[in-house]
Amino acid sequence: MSKKIHVSTTVNGESVEFLCEARQSLLEVLRENLSLTGAKEGCNNGNCGACTVMLNGVPVNSCIVLAVEVEGAAIETVEGLACHGHLHPIQKCFLEGAALQCGVCTPGFLVTAKALLDKNPNPSEHDIRFNLANNLCRCTGYDKIVKAVQAAAAELQTR
Amino acid sequence: MAHANELYLGKQDYQVLGKRPVRHDGTDKVTGKAIYTADVQLPNMLHGKIVRSPHAHARIKSIDASEALAMPGVFAVVTADDFPDLTEKFALMGEAGQVNLTELAANCLAKGKVLYRGHAVAAVAAANVHIADEAASKIKVEYEVLPSVTWVLDAMKDDAPLLHEHLRTDSMGKKADKPSNIAVHLQFEKGNVTDGFQQADVIVEREFRTASVHQGYIEPHAVVALWNEDSRLKLWTATQGSFNCRQQVAELLQIPVSQVLVVPCEIGGGFGGKITVYLEPVAALLSRKSGRPVKMVMQRNEVFEGTGPTPGSFARVKLGAKKDGTLVAGEAWLAYDCGAFPGGMIGPGCMCVFSCYDLPHAKVDGFDVCNNKPKTQAYRAPGSTQAAFACEQVIDELAEKLNIDPIELRLKNAAKEGTRRVDGPVYPRVGFVECLNAAKNSEHWKSKLSGKNRGRGIAAGFWFNIGGASSCSASVNDDGIVCLVEGSTDIGGTRTSIAMQLAETLGIAAEDVRPQVGDTDSVGYTFLTGGSRVTFATGLAAYQLGLDLQEQMKQRAASIWDCDPTSITVDKGVYKQNGHSLTFKQIAAKIPENQLDPVVGRASVAPEGSTNAFGVHIADVEVDPETGKVTVLRYTAIQDAGKAVHPSYVEGQMQGGAAQGIGWALNEEYFFDAKDQMRNASFLDYRMPTCLDLPMIDTIIVEVPNPSHPYGVRGVGETPIVPPPATIANAIHAAVGTRMTQLPMSPPALWKALSERA
Amino acid sequence: MPVVFIPTPMRDLTDGVTEVNVTGNTVGEVIDALEQRFPGIKSRLCRGDKLAPGLQVSIDATMTLRGLRTAVAPASEVHFLPTIGGG
Ligand code: FES
Ligand code: FES
Repeated sequence: MSKKIHVSTTVNGESVEFLCEARQSLLEVLRENLSLTGAKEGCNNGNCGACTVMLNGVPVNSCIVLAVEVEGAAIETVEGLACHGHLHPIQKCFLEGAALQCGVCTPGFLVTAKALLDKNPNPSEHDIRFNLANNLCRCTGYDKIVKAVQAAAAELQTR
Repeated sequence: MAHANELYLGKQDYQVLGKRPVRHDGTDKVTGKAIYTADVQLPNMLHGKIVRSPHAHARIKSIDASEALAMPGVFAVVTADDFPDLTEKFALMGEAGQVNLTELAANCLAKGKVLYRGHAVAAVAAANVHIADEAASKIKVEYEVLPSVTWVLDAMKDDAPLLHEHLRTDSMGKKADKPSNIAVHLQFEKGNVTDGFQQADVIVEREFRTASVHQGYIEPHAVVALWNEDSRLKLWTATQGSFNCRQQVAELLQIPVSQVLVVPCEIGGGFGGKITVYLEPVAALLSRKSGRPVKMVMQRNEVFEGTGPTPGSFARVKLGAKKDGTLVAGEAWLAYDCGAFPGGMIGPGCMCVFSCYDLPHAKVDGFDVCNNKPKTQAYRAPGSTQAAFACEQVIDELAEKLNIDPIELRLKNAAKEGTRRVDGPVYPRVGFVECLNAAKNSEHWKSKLSGKNRGRGIAAGFWFNIGGASSCSASVNDDGIVCLVEGSTDIGGTRTSIAMQLAETLGIAAEDVRPQVGDTDSVGYTFLTGGSRVTFATGLAAYQLGLDLQEQMKQRAASIWDCDPTSITVDKGVYKQNGHSLTFKQIAAKIPENQLDPVVGRASVAPEGSTNAFGVHIADVEVDPETGKVTVLRYTAIQDAGKAVHPSYVEGQMQGGAAQGIGWALNEEYFFDAKDQMRNASFLDYRMPTCLDLPMIDTIIVEVPNPSHPYGVRGVGETPIVPPPATIANAIHAAVGTRMTQLPMSPPALWKALSERA
Repeated sequence: MPVVFIPTPMRDLTDGVTEVNVTGNTVGEVIDALEQRFPGIKSRLCRGDKLAPGLQVSIDATMTLRGLRTAVAPASEVHFLPTIGGG
């Protein structure tokens, strides 16, 4: 068995340390070592976005990031979206807009949408579709997902 | 038993149905807390990995696992030899009929021969996934490679490589005299087609081909198995039917069903592909051998190469009409592949090909054909999409030749109550005409589409609602909240649509019902989630459960008021008798105060299936003649939902099905090389639609009540995938004048068609 | 008497007859009556005491999973169809 490497990082604002093998992905460590199973594995090769997390504010497919790469970085996962018992407006709009069916793609979409709205608070439909194109959803046909992001953008604007 | 046709109550003012409450499991799913199978962690758990065939067709000469077993951290290896002897064993599995257990086992772990690339051969359990991966690569399998075949028509040829040496074509109980890959030949005849075509002024006949596509659920197959020392087997799994999974596993391992407990986890999509078992029995065997819990999760390439897909097909369809547009005759010849083992989707394919129209004379021939692909599985309205791709294009061409509007031609010949189907039965009340009229009156259809290389297409689709058993139970809490346990696994929000029907029946709010999907020990037998049955059949169970609870609440109220329960009336959840009045919640609170018996209700039903879900889709497309790329500019899906219980989720089914159908139309395909190896087994190369590929998908819900449900509910899940490929093909034809008879209509295919014409 | 629609591939046994009226209160009885008239048909419709694998019955427009026990009313139509699953 290969030797383990020590990594210190921040996950959802908390400092975290873990030991991992060099070959382990960030997704695997989040799910297996840190028990953060919100990010999902849909393809394990960077093509579906179900594993999306934010790495220093940028959405990444955590299945193709090596865990050792996150030394000193700040990671945000779906588990960190809601705060103090309140859903984030994006989560609320997904719920109210029925933007999920099976829900397995939802954590990835929520994180990607948050990254988009953080950087572009007033996106056009095309901006939304372009930025969400890294995430696959097989259930919804995306219609209600796009509308939920539009609704969340509107709600965040009024704050 | 009341006749199924008499159940509709004719209610007009619903309190709960038709509203859009937030789904009960929603918060778990938007916070990442919902537990899917891959999220389950047990103490001391091992990880399993499958060894798969690199060949499309080969004899297994030997399997040597000694090197793998000698590795530290490796605990067990299993092969087909670990299954009990299943020779000549069949199991009756609900509406799937009798299942050949030898074949089911051989699909989980190959015996003697591998029949497709990706076919599972052995499995290993190890301390973690990485060791399991390494160990799997050290299991040595020696093969004798055999010739293979993946195109359905090639597999039907006399000199085709035979997958099963003893397979002889069955034509309704009559066996052919020599072996072939053709498992089944079906035939349906109505009237006399030869006479029929003689009455025709115009005849259109064309041939169509479709490639295999995958269901494409985002969650790969996964299971956690724990075979305990008391011989109890517990399975956490992603399945569309926990009871069907339990039965398959019990039969394959030859243990009593009650020894198996299936805990359905949240399921990340199924679409028909998560009904048959793949990993469950294998993980169980590994757990028994190692004495520890075993988790198995497929990688995406394994999902493509080892599960699904839907049949690749060939269809020849011929229709004849009079000058005024009246259809006089139809003929169809359909060949669908079923992959490695017999039993594909040809039955429903034959029954759906002409199901939208009233044809006085028709003949349909269908063939179920084995070839070297994974055993095909259901995919949303299985068999119907391929048939509609053919029939709806022929209808479109007839409309063009006759110079009749395509909606008018369909309206003139539309199936309605009293129409005799080609396969025999006569339709009850159905909503096809209403869907066509909704299309005709839609803003989309009335709008003008202009621009070069742009065109508009329309097509219809049909699917059944299967019946089958459903159970649920509920208890009433002191605070008036009703805890509902139902047996249908929830892939798209059905917990809520079932809870809403219970709430409607009781006259309480949807939020006051707390639904939960029970495991196989905690709820009565419930048939699988599929066949558009859950909101219809489990909804019917919820309705009857509501009546049971209401009756008990009346009795409790009668005890409180000291009166005869039959003298109590209930209206919108308010119980009244002779000046007394209590709400449901008030009675619930008084039950413990008055030391009355707790209220626990139950219902189980087994309704019959029906033939009743119609849809019509409209698409505007633009074709880029330089590249052959098709852009969908605008899309509208219209469907008869009977009664839309939760309109957002009905729309969601229509939009999701349409998107899958658009993917099937434009990009998705199993791409095989000369050695019958799939060359695009990843989401990068198997191109499913992203949100950038699609427009908004508008929906129009038509409500023609289903006579066999108290609230008129029809299943809606499957029909929406049926019309899209034909709709898009008709739109492409309108845009550039080229008739695309092959799926997918991908840029290279369309570009080729356009260049050949030029 | 219920009317049975003979599946097309079985019309070799009925001399081309497509529909027949036979007596019977259940599908099982109907099949027995058919067998009287068209010997050999039962072994094509049934396996042992069950409907053959892959077959279901439709009484009028109602597809049923109850097999041979399904009740048949005097005015019913009886159809033998392939089973249908679903996704
Ligand atoms: S699991 Fe990481 S992109 Fe699919
Ligand atoms: S909701 Fe199922 S994949 Fe998106």
